[in-house]
Amino acid sequence: MSKIIWLIPLMPFVGSITLMLFGKNLRRSHIGYLGVSSVGISALLTALLAIEFMQNQEVLETLVWTWMQVGSFAPGISFYFDGLTLVMMSVITGVGFLIHLFSTEFMEEDPSYARYFAYLNMFVASMLILVMADNLLLLYLGWEGVGVCSYLLVGFWYQHSANGHAARKAFIVTRIGDTAMALGLLLLFSHLGTLDIQVLMGKASQVWEVGENIPLIACLLLVCGAVGKSAQLPLHTWLPDAMAGPTPVSALIHAATMVTAGVYLIARTHGLFLLAPDAMIVVAIIGVVTSLMAAFTALMQTDIKRILAYSTISQIGYMFLALGVGAWSAGIFHLMTHAFFKALLFLGSGAIIHCLHHEHNIFKMGGLRTRMPVTFWSFMIGSAALAALPMTSGFFSKDQILLQAYQLPDLGPGLWMAGLLGALLTAIYSFRLVFVVFFGEANTEPDKDTEWRMAIPLSILCFLALVGGYFTIPVVDVFPVTGGSHPAHWVEYVSISVPIVGLVIAYFVFLNRRINIETLTTSSFGRGLGNLWLSGWGIDWLYDRLFVRPYYRLANLLKSEPVDVIYNAIVELNQLLNLWLSKSQTGRLRWYLVSMVAGLIILISLASNLGPGVLQW
Amino acid sequence: MDGLDIPLNHILFISSLLFAIGMLGLMIRRNIIFILMSLEVMLNSAALAFVAAGAHWGQPDGQVVFMLILTVAAAEVAVGLGLVLQVQKRFKTLDMDHANRMQG
Amino acid sequence: MVMINLILILLVGGLLAMLSERLDENMPRKVAMAAVLFDLIYLISSMLSLPEIAQLQAPITNDPSTWLMHFKANWIPAFGISIEFAMDGISLLMVLLTLILGAVAISASWTDIVKRKGFFEANLLWSLAGVLGVFLALDLLLFFLFWEVMLIPMYFMIAIWGHENRGYAAMKFFIFTQASGLLMLVSILVLSAINQETTGVWTFSYFDLLNTNISEQASYWIMLGFFIAFVVKLPGFPFHTWLPDAHTQAPTAGSVILAGVLLKTGAYGLIRFAVPLFPQAALDFSYPAMLLGAAGVVYGAVLAFGQADFKRLIAYSSVSHMGFVLLGIYAWNELALQGAVMQMVAHGFSTAALFMIAGSIQERLHTRDMSQMSGLWHQMPRMGAVAMFFVVASLGLPGLGNFVAEFLILLGLFQVNVWITVIAATGLITGAAYSLLLMQKSFQGEINKKWAESKLSDFGQREMMTMAVMIIALIFLGIYPQPVLNIAEPVLHSLLDLTALALPSIAEAKL
Repeated sequence: MSKIIWLIPLMPFVGSITLMLFGKNLRRSHIGYLGVSSVGISALLTALLAIEFMQNQEVLETLVWTWMQVGSFAPGISFYFDGLTLVMMSVITGVGFLIHLFSTEFMEEDPSYARYFAYLNMFVASMLILVMADNLLLLYLGWEGVGVCSYLLVGFWYQHSANGHAARKAFIVTRIGDTAMALGLLLLFSHLGTLDIQVLMGKASQVWEVGENIPLIACLLLVCGAVGKSAQLPLHTWLPDAMAGPTPVSALIHAATMVTAGVYLIARTHGLFLLAPDAMIVVAIIGVVTSLMAAFTALMQTDIKRILAYSTISQIGYMFLALGVGAWSAGIFHLMTHAFFKALLFLGSGAIIHCLHHEHNIFKMGGLRTRMPVTFWSFMIGSAALAALPMTSGFFSKDQILLQAYQLPDLGPGLWMAGLLGALLTAIYSFRLVFVVFFGEANTEPDKDTEWRMAIPLSILCFLALVGGYFTIPVVDVFPVTGGSHPAHWVEYVSISVPIVGLVIAYFVFLNRRINIETLTTSSFGRGLGNLWLSGWGIDWLYDRLFVRPYYRLANLLKSEPVDVIYNAIVELNQLLNLWLSKSQTGRLRWYLVSMVAGLIILISLASNLGPGVLQW
Repeated sequence: MDGLDIPLNHILFISSLLFAIGMLGLMIRRNIIFILMSLEVMLNSAALAFVAAGAHWGQPDGQVVFMLILTVAAAEVAVGLGLVLQVQKRFKTLDMDHANRMQG
Repeated sequence: MVMINLILILLVGGLLAMLSERLDENMPRKVAMAAVLFDLIYLISSMLSLPEIAQLQAPITNDPSTWLMHFKANWIPAFGISIEFAMDGISLLMVLLTLILGAVAISASWTDIVKRKGFFEANLLWSLAGVLGVFLALDLLLFFLFWEVMLIPMYFMIAIWGHENRGYAAMKFFIFTQASGLLMLVSILVLSAINQETTGVWTFSYFDLLNTNISEQASYWIMLGFFIAFVVKLPGFPFHTWLPDAHTQAPTAGSVILAGVLLKTGAYGLIRFAVPLFPQAALDFSYPAMLLGAAGVVYGAVLAFGQADFKRLIAYSSVSHMGFVLLGIYAWNELALQGAVMQMVAHGFSTAALFMIAGSIQERLHTRDMSQMSGLWHQMPRMGAVAMFFVVASLGLPGLGNFVAEFLILLGLFQVNVWITVIAATGLITGAAYSLLLMQKSFQGEINKKWAESKLSDFGQREMMTMAVMIIALIFLGIYPQPVLNIAEPVLHSLLDLTALALPSIAEAKL
């Protein structure tokens, strides 16, 4: 099994290339088979690998070939496989397979069926490379690869320029983080002489003391990359817009896998972060602030996908919080459960959008409970897990994070309280969504119901979202052991009860309407705050003024090539001289002759006056 | 040859005088015929200097160059008179100051 | 002799192509293609028959007998001018690139050129011959001769077959390159004269001049002469302004040659002459040179973003990419130099392909204005997909050649100067901005009604074949660049050794 580990990313890659080259000539059903089966085979291989790993716990390292070698710089196309990799691979191939299956129905009528699956397969391949890479440069390859696939898929319906704009925004904003990360790679290589992650972490702990500056800078640069990819403050603005892509894409890329790459990166290089405690605190604070910011924003959104997008940002904030407080395995655990329930929610919303003539506004839905039962139950379970109601998968992972955050000295209780507030908001906005969409009066009639290709992935994900919390992820050997003592019981009780409170609030506000928030929302302060949240705290507006417009203005200012002014001045000087000298060209023969003779006389007299020496030659 | 021993300087003086006359004519006359004649005078002054110098040094080169100048003068007259005809045709005058198309 | 034959084949091929127009109007392009392909095969076969190619022994820079090939014959012995050619790994790479892109350019001219086809192909081949001469000549005057030889046919190509503003562009191109060439000529003459003063022998041979003893100040000025000539060609900021005009106005094949090959002669000259001949002066000058490089990276990217003309945008992206080359060369360590060589090759392919796409669009729509395009993917999906590939290549997607190059350059540069690296790295962001804007404005977006009715033909077989060559090359460079790195490695090592010998102090500081 270990010999053919490279087959796992290769399969979807081959699928993608095949679809790109021959997609035009294939029948639609064949395209579907090809697209789904390539990921399916990878999922099967991953399952086999998982079984083997469960038995012998063997860490695998495979060098496929040396990518390039210049002096001592010799990154390989080489894979590293341990428990963490396994978790990520399972999520990518497993959830990925379900989403591919779902897509065959969702995209059924799209003219660019083959192109869609080609991109989606390419994404899976890149994502697998990202998590399997044993060195940071190969990881960077996967990292940029998923970025490009995300760009292609967000802008999949290219004929609307708004989609193209969203796609470019997604790519460029993440690229800012990526560039910082690339600088981090340069820094790490020039100090440690390697990019191999395991070797690097080993060397780092020998070379550097805890709290030194260079590991801090390196870690912060890596965090920049992670922040961009995982849509955390301040580089989160691309994710809500990225919802312009097809919904299964949002499920796969912008919920389950790619956006969690930043979490994976930090977890993978945790050895470095342990050397830079300040960087970890930064990560924790970014996480908690982002999760609150996004949760407030999600409260006010009306577009079903934007609600989910902000909730994704918020949940990844929890993962960052976990990483920041050193709860590595809790972070990864939440990554996994989040992949399940968020993919479920996105696919559920995809089913709604699919059946409701591409309607996105939740207030134009309503009453779907009886008419789309499968979707309703998917949403119920997904929202329960998202809100972390007890016994769902989200509960286990989020609970772990909050408890471990509480135990952090100094900052701990503060982070915990902020996390709890976020959890409360999460419960409110997720059940607001459920109550508005599935209960109440019907505003739009669905024109079809989900078929098996949509229903099966939904059911499987429902199951995973429910029981995912009982899984144990095999990362014990990967991360250092953290968290010794158990916090007081009341802490746990509070953590459990907060989501339920949120549910109750949502029930009274949005379904039962016992609590009337009209007066609050119509007051000028309430409206102002609501608009602020609706616009995502105005951050997009701010960036537009601060960066985008000045850049456009600069480009506009410079586009006519200011440097040419210098050369044009030289040309003009010559033309001026020409104008002046050509005046002496009178066209009168006698004038030329006179000037010639005069010149001759002047020269001769000059020469004879300068002394006899000159005339001698 | 003995009787007529004119010093070289005298001939050179005559030659340069002729040259100056020619040059002056060139500068002040506007009629193209006179310009051509002045040119002829200048050429001949040079030729005179060559012959005199050749005689003085006892070298044949001076006379060779004189032959050359004769040829050049003949060619020049041929071209020059052609030009005169053209100028007369185009400008209906022989005044060279009217032929100033090359003005910058 | 092989090297002379390589050049002669192209010169004679050009003549034949011109004459063959009398037989048949479409004959020249076939003749030209045959000549270039024959040249390529001839080069490869003679490379394979060399014993050194097997292990690529490290050449010693100032000992020509250790090079892959060396040829020397007297030309004007009174002044020590000789016909001296030599080839090492870097010249080999450049010659290969030239011939492959030459074939691409002829393919690009296949239907693009409608008048005086014979003379066009002849100019193309002669220009290529000049470029080969530049890459191979190791006598400085011979080098200068070829430097001029490659320009004049290019001037004709722009001036005769160019677009609406061709006269201006051709003249600008010519004056810029000619004026800078003059500076180089002066530098060459002064260098040789100084060498003659100390040794008493007139010589223009690179190998002899490497050992010239020059005072520090003189070498600085002479180095500047070379530097400006090469940087104008590169083009580096602020000498780049001829490039957008020339590129925009040149016919497609001309742009391909110009961007793919001619620009590389500047970089080649820097690596071959400007630094090794004057190591100390180059070191003193490295900081301003790197600043110019970084300025070029940023400036080119910002200006590319502002352009509305498809070809102009690509031209400015070249300025940005070649800024990286300048950075790589003046960082002068193994990583950065490998990156610079790699960038020369990878940029050659990616930009040539983009220009070819631009040419194809212009052939179909008769405009380069991107506001007239939009939504072209719908009608020309194959062209769109190919364009997407080269756009992501040029923005530096890992797994394609340009990324390897840029990363190596940044990696090498980081050890020399951190802040310049940071400035240059912003080029990755701005690069993404203009590349994706190009894609958005032309191929994506609403379908332009103007073209919705007319039938636009997608890429045909010939075009796809040409593109496939470059796509495969870029993927190959991106995931397994080792062959190229291996060819360049011994040369770069010996260059580094040579300069390190001259400057023992920096050898330690830099390596």
